[in-house]
Amino acid sequence: MEVFEAEFRQLEEALRRLRHDSNAKAVFLIDKNGQHIAAAGETEDFDSTSLASLTAGNVAATDGLAKLIGEREFSVLFHEGQRDHIHISIVARRAILLVIFDERSSLGLVRLRVKRASAELEKVFDTMTEKSTRGGADGAAEPSPFSEITDEDIDALFSE
Amino acid sequence: MTFINYAAKEINCKIVYYGPGLGGKTTNLQYIYNKTAPDRKGKMISLATEADRTLFFDFLPLDLGSIRGFTTRFHLYTVPGQVFYDASRKLILKGVDGVVFVADSQRERMEANVESIRNLEANLQDHGFDLLNVPFALQFNKRDLNNAMPIEEMYRMLNYKREPTFEAVAPQGVGVFDTLKAVAKQILVELRQR
Ligand SMILES: Nc1nc2c(ncn2[C@@H]2O[C@H](COP(=O)(O)OP(=O)(O)OP(=O)(O)O)[C@@H](O)[C@H]2O)c(=O)[nH]1
Ligand SMILES: [Mg+2]
Repeated sequence: MEVFEAEFRQLEEALRRLRHDSNAKAVFLIDKNGQHIAAAGETEDFDSTSLASLTAGNVAATDGLAKLIGEREFSVLFHEGQRDHIHISIVARRAILLVIFDERSSLGLVRLRVKRASAELEKVFDTMTEKSTRGGADGAAEPSPFSEITDEDIDALFSE
Repeated sequence: MTFINYAAKEINCKIVYYGPGLGGKTTNLQYIYNKTAPDRKGKMISLATEADRTLFFDFLPLDLGSIRGFTTRFHLYTVPGQVFYDASRKLILKGVDGVVFVADSQRERMEANVESIRNLEANLQDHGFDLLNVPFALQFNKRDLNNAMPIEEMYRMLNYKREPTFEAVAPQGVGVFDTLKAVAKQILVELRQR
């Protein structure tokens, strides 16, 4: 997956709005492969890398379960804790939206706002896909920074 | 699939450690975790059974510095090696950028090694990957044991495509970083050619 500046800002904006409208603690957008994409809210309270990996694992396992019983997918997962709760849903078939909320919000409200935000996020993902597939032709406008990687650059990564 | 964020200037790559049960995959990650400076690693997550066998995966995020201004991260995963965890193993391969195969050098584990490579090949295929085109490194682990098979013989049985191959003793770290580097390098070279 490739995320460019303009779309990244739009994703962040949509997440901020969702965070605000749903009164959630934090919201995270995660790639189905377990990579953190963007977030909003009290994100410093959470380890976003671990969250991303475990959420993707959770979704992957649940998808596997769905297929086993002949469902295409379970579109929403909800984990209820003592204080904090987690709402997990799929966006644009390839990303995961994770909402962490407490008693200041409610499952109903989160559900409602997630629905609206998903539509918005999906549009941004469509643009991203378009840009990525166009990639080659657009090459001149956005040259890949990696075409110039040297063996020295790579060795330097492991120098310590 | 390598994840590139041009706005945050980040590249994230996913490397999966594959191989038969008890071969030393988790031990590889533990050694890397222990030898990496705190500011270059995240939390290591191990979803394991009571008996310390991998149940779903181990996860270790590494931040190795930057290339051309892009922070370069490697997310290392291990799969559960026990045969009956195949469904979970397949899930972990989703979006993989490179694979390390940790083979157990003990003679009596050769059949398990061979079976696990076949299983890797098949599970990659289910995700639309061909092992021939996936960055790959082979590790002969447990070289310290008396019943370790000669490496020439192991190579004949396990070599897939003349991939870089390393002898290792994972708990002592022998060969651990060399193996990781070899696969990381292939992934980055592929980025260059894309
Ligand atoms: N002697 C010796 N023991 C090793 C070596 N590498 C790993 N071990 C031991 O082998 C056992 C299994 O290692 P793990 O790293 O848990 O194996 P694994 O491949 O993750 O196994 P699963 O999670 O079941 O797939 C542990 O007791 C390790 O200490 C090695 O190079 N030499
Ligand atoms: Mg393990």
